[in-house]
Amino acid sequence: MDFQTLKDQAEKEWASLQHLSIPVIQIGMGTCGLAAGAEAVYQAARRTLSQRNLLARIIPVGCIGLCYLEPLMTLRKPGKPTVLYGSLTAKRTEEIISAFLGEDDPKPEWAVCSLGEERWEGLPLFEELPMIKPQVRIALRNCGIIDPEDIMHYLARGGYSGLQKALQMTPAEVIAEIKRSGLRGRGGAGFPTGQKWEFAAKSPGTVKYFICNADEGDPGAFMDRSLLEGDPHAVLEGMLIGAYAIGSSQGYIYIRAEYPLAIKRLETAIAQMRRFNLLGEHILGTDFGFEVHIKEGAGAFVCGEETALMASIAGGRGMPRPRPPFPAVKGLWDQPTNINNVETLANVSAILSRGAGWFAGYGTEKSKGTKTFSLAGKIRRTGLIEVPMGIPLGKIINEIGGGVAKGKKIKAVQTGGPSGGCIPAELFDLPVDYESLTQAGSIMGSGGMVVMDEDTCMVDIPRYFLTFTASESCGKCLPCRLGTHQMLGILNDICSGQGVPEDLETLKLLNETVQKGSLCGLGQTAPNPVQTTLRYFYTEYEAHILKKKCPSGVCKALFHYAIDPELCNGCGVCARKCPVQAVVGHKKEPHRIELEKCTKCGTCYESCKFKAVQIC
Amino acid sequence: MSEEKALAQKREREEHQEKEVLYQQLAERFQGKPEEVIPMLQFVQKALGYLTEEALLHIARLTRLPAAKIFGTATFYAQFRLQPIGKNMIKVCRGTACHVKGSDRILKDLEEHLQLVAGQTSSDGLFTLETVACFGSCALAPVMVVNDSVHGNTDRSKALKMIEALRTKPDASDSA
Repeated sequence: MDFQTLKDQAEKEWASLQHLSIPVIQIGMGTCGLAAGAEAVYQAARRTLSQRNLLARIIPVGCIGLCYLEPLMTLRKPGKPTVLYGSLTAKRTEEIISAFLGEDDPKPEWAVCSLGEERWEGLPLFEELPMIKPQVRIALRNCGIIDPEDIMHYLARGGYSGLQKALQMTPAEVIAEIKRSGLRGRGGAGFPTGQKWEFAAKSPGTVKYFICNADEGDPGAFMDRSLLEGDPHAVLEGMLIGAYAIGSSQGYIYIRAEYPLAIKRLETAIAQMRRFNLLGEHILGTDFGFEVHIKEGAGAFVCGEETALMASIAGGRGMPRPRPPFPAVKGLWDQPTNINNVETLANVSAILSRGAGWFAGYGTEKSKGTKTFSLAGKIRRTGLIEVPMGIPLGKIINEIGGGVAKGKKIKAVQTGGPSGGCIPAELFDLPVDYESLTQAGSIMGSGGMVVMDEDTCMVDIPRYFLTFTASESCGKCLPCRLGTHQMLGILNDICSGQGVPEDLETLKLLNETVQKGSLCGLGQTAPNPVQTTLRYFYTEYEAHILKKKCPSGVCKALFHYAIDPELCNGCGVCARKCPVQAVVGHKKEPHRIELEKCTKCGTCYESCKFKAVQIC
Repeated sequence: MSEEKALAQKREREEHQEKEVLYQQLAERFQGKPEEVIPMLQFVQKALGYLTEEALLHIARLTRLPAAKIFGTATFYAQFRLQPIGKNMIKVCRGTACHVKGSDRILKDLEEHLQLVAGQTSSDGLFTLETVACFGSCALAPVMVVNDSVHGNTDRSKALKMIEALRTKPDASDSA
């Protein structure tokens, strides 16, 4: 079957799916959805259909990004607008399906929005939701919309037409197109993708390798996982285009073993590609041939670094080596190699299909296009988002994320994981692009955004990150291996009340040494969390060292809980919940905490509705 | 006494046979190239739950690499274990979002409750407690994984309840 016939068939199948005479139930079954209970929803949906003798088709889909509302389900009934439901339980699923399919009652009180062009009266459209409105979805264009295990869905939505176009161009023209789009690496460093490809294309060698880096190691980031789970073909198509551009016939996807579902989806996608001649020899009838292998990582953060990643693929310990020679010259098995991140590749397929000019129309002068972020931490609407570059940070936090949860005060947002930094609330006007974030002391990173409120201690956060980097340092460079441990030791001292004023100077000195003396990105950026918190939250360090106080109530040695008798009405909730019976008092009279019994677990603080339990 | 001895011998024979089958599969599935070391280790760990010294030596022979190199690889990656695991595997996510949402406290409670530290197996062999850098389910932080099923939005009391549910149902491999 030639590509056009295949595409026509896919479009026909998709169209008939959209106008199916029976209802369609879509359930978000990515890792997030499953963790929130999507399996129970799925079972409930099946049970309801068979019990009530209703006919409908159930399709599992990827993540649509509204993670805070998981598990999610959409219901489409012929002739009616489609409705999206969230925060489902098995019982509610049953009620909704029975009411909607049985009696035409869409249960609007449980609905999130209408999907598609038509709306249910009283329900907003998906695009009008405050979380969705400022977003532009390029990399995530199909996530949550198509069945990621069905290549026909991807084809029907324009999939592989980018590859088709690329194969009609010369490799140099493909590279020029990517250069024109201004696309930069989405893995963190932001190197121009077209330029990277050009190096690899010009590098002499008979065998060249094209690697997709799916070793999303930053704690707090899940964009690549969602993308691979929700739309694996978008990434694979990008790989094919890139491989054609640099003249590679062998590809590897290096993916974390912690992402079993993403691996499964990739395997399924690869098998389907093979069936339709999108892999192997003579792809789409041209002379271009390509094979792709999945390599499961084994849990080492440093393997996100390209030279370490290649060492890991070759077998053995994944340790970085000095550059030059760059991978484009001497990479995997000493052959010219190109490495791109998952999101970068999903953008590549969109650029080829819709044009460089279209892509470059989004973003800023130096940072073109969009960027995905995973919003997590102390924010109301957690989820996966994609926004045009240059959007102010505050807009992401307040409009899309809905601000901080539980009426607390926002303190900072952490971007870039262990290599990034904490940006304080005062700087929320900052446009989100590579340069601005670097200037603020953080990095764009792969896209993790963790929001922190008044209960987050800004000395504990760098301590947390250094615990991570110190244990993940591969040990090759002394400044990283020992420096991170020394820094961690100092931060442990400060958090346990043993800090002295000289510690801050030592920390600054160590920051510089580790940064300058390390070979790879892990060490070079490991001090960033310390540096940014020293820069923006110096007073918190001072409070820990000079006053021996942790103002946020995190470092246990440096605070205690006390009940404000003015605010306590003696409801007794905290006393009942305290696991060590440290709260005493008579009913309807102010209570107090017996400090010698208190383990500072925080249960009373979290359970008090009157803010009477305070951090002292 | 002799019956016990016979049983022990039978078990030993069975274990020996299982290992032979495993090594046979290793030799069939892999060609013994250096780049296959990590997949081979993953294969063995999947079958046995951990890596035995014997298996490491066997991989060294198959790949014709020094045993020290195999051992070095096995200890470099967080995924590999050199100790057997308990009946139930409890993993607490220590990613940034989980940390900010109090996973350190959940971990501490579990450690106290099971009387061990992360990375160890309880003395009754029922539980192994581990930490994981990040599961990538940050929007549902804090996250725990109990025997391959991911649980989002957990807290300390939910975590302890899950453990107790597993203890009373020792044969159930999953609480979900």
